[in-house]
Amino acid sequence: MLDPAAVGRLLGFSLYEGLAFGFVAIGIYLTFRVLAFPDLTVDGSFALGASVAAVLIIYGVNPFLATLAALGAGLCAGLATSLLNTKLKIPALLASILVMVGLYSINLRVMGGKPNLPLLRETTIFSLASRLPGLESRLEYYLVVAGVLAVIVFLALNWFLRTEIGLALRATGDNEQMVRGAGVDTDKTTILGVSIANGLVAFSGGVVAQGQGFSDVNMGVGMIIMGLAAVIIGEALFRPKGVARLLLATLGGTFVYRLVISIALRMGLRAGDLKLITAVIVIIALAVPYLQKRIRREWLPPAPRW
Amino acid sequence: MLKLRRISKVFSKGTIDQVRALDKIDLAVNSGDYITIIGSNGAGKTTLLNIIAGVYPPENGEIILNGRNITRLCEYRCAKFVGRVYQDPHVGTAAKMTIEENMAMALLRGQPRGLRVASNKQRRELFRVALAPLGLGLEKRLNALVGTLSGGQRQALALVMATLSKPAILLLDEHIATLDPRTAQIVLDLTDMVVKREKMTTIMVTHNMELALRHGNRLIMMHKGRIVVDMNQAQRSDLTIHDLVVAFERASGEEFADDSVLLHPGNVVGSADL
Repeated sequence: MLDPAAVGRLLGFSLYEGLAFGFVAIGIYLTFRVLAFPDLTVDGSFALGASVAAVLIIYGVNPFLATLAALGAGLCAGLATSLLNTKLKIPALLASILVMVGLYSINLRVMGGKPNLPLLRETTIFSLASRLPGLESRLEYYLVVAGVLAVIVFLALNWFLRTEIGLALRATGDNEQMVRGAGVDTDKTTILGVSIANGLVAFSGGVVAQGQGFSDVNMGVGMIIMGLAAVIIGEALFRPKGVARLLLATLGGTFVYRLVISIALRMGLRAGDLKLITAVIVIIALAVPYLQKRIRREWLPPAPRW
Repeated sequence: MLKLRRISKVFSKGTIDQVRALDKIDLAVNSGDYITIIGSNGAGKTTLLNIIAGVYPPENGEIILNGRNITRLCEYRCAKFVGRVYQDPHVGTAAKMTIEENMAMALLRGQPRGLRVASNKQRRELFRVALAPLGLGLEKRLNALVGTLSGGQRQALALVMATLSKPAILLLDEHIATLDPRTAQIVLDLTDMVVKREKMTTIMVTHNMELALRHGNRLIMMHKGRIVVDMNQAQRSDLTIHDLVVAFERASGEEFADDSVLLHPGNVVGSADL
């Protein structure tokens, strides 16, 4: 009944997706968890990364440079959101929605007015990797590319978040008053953190677009919820402590999420229903701890409006 | 070393809620001074600390610290010179970070932060040495999350963090007011010890008259945004709380009617003198 090869392919493909989309989850972990900055720019910056990478690749730019350019574009998107918040004092949620909506128009412009750009015959980071010796199947070189990128991102963040600047960034989300009292401009740490997070999200968009062979102006829809689901699953399954484990748990959470989705699709779920199911998963994950406390009759503060 | 010249601060200017929180304050703090400030609610004590710490600029006047004009310096730039402990232990420390990470944040107060790893063996040793005199065992728990500490432990940690980088001036804003009497005494003893050891210029705001008399070497009383009493060590040495109340009434020219100062538990003994 269960074909081992098919199971292997399913696990392998979910692992690829877990790594490629894992950068989105890490970005969301940085904003929502580390900075306590509810950033909804993500839906826009994911598609931004995809469209920037796709357009540059079609123009014949080296695909690695194109992917780096996607990261740069995402940094700018995060910069816009964080400047609106820190310098114009627009609440984070609203500032990020404004940038997300604006990015829809920008993404269409980037893609020359076309809602969809195919990349099937272009040179991508994956087609370059397929030329490496010893890699036979498509899955193998997909995993190698995503794996190498994930290791680089993991090592870079694991180092950065332990540096003096990284420590100030983490403390900003925990106790902004204390951080200013220690002589740090918390506007700067917020700007830095939100920019890096959106850079990672756009980087992911660039990688995923090349992996699936096209960029679509709507491909970012629901990315925040996917990323949140991945972060929550990672926390619940691995109960991580410390920077390194938190990063790994986030990648692991994304893998589990993508695996569940892949299995559900194989069991006949319609692709169009995915977003609703993801939303329901996040609602349950957020509601369960609350309901448990209700049952234990613990005191609960009113829900924040912002 | 710290000079305040004709400092004024008005809140909600131009509205019916307008409050003159500080009214042309002149204050010269000498190096090594340990000043206690008392005054009723709304006297301007915390506003004075906020102005010195750069939380907001004054309407008028200037602040000179060691010859440098810091009047318009914002909070995070003032932090280089100013260490501060707040009333609420939650404000001075970061709950979701470890003791070591909190100390590393405090160590670099006012210094440029770079891409070096924030804590290393040498710094950890420094943290242990700084925490050991507290006698709370925190030096053995560098990896504990600060959120797991008690209020008193957090306030003691906040005190060490505020003084770790040896700032020019230490501001204590009713920093033992929320602690239970025993813990308050411990933190207070620690304060005296640290201030003495580092010869740190200190301003402590308190609601407790007895505490204001027994600690420090200079006592200031504020009322309605003005300094109404300023006594040095010699002038206040034989003072009782009763004398303080009389001095206050004379200086402010009105009946002393703030229960929150008189009825503070720490004042019970002194109140009997009345």
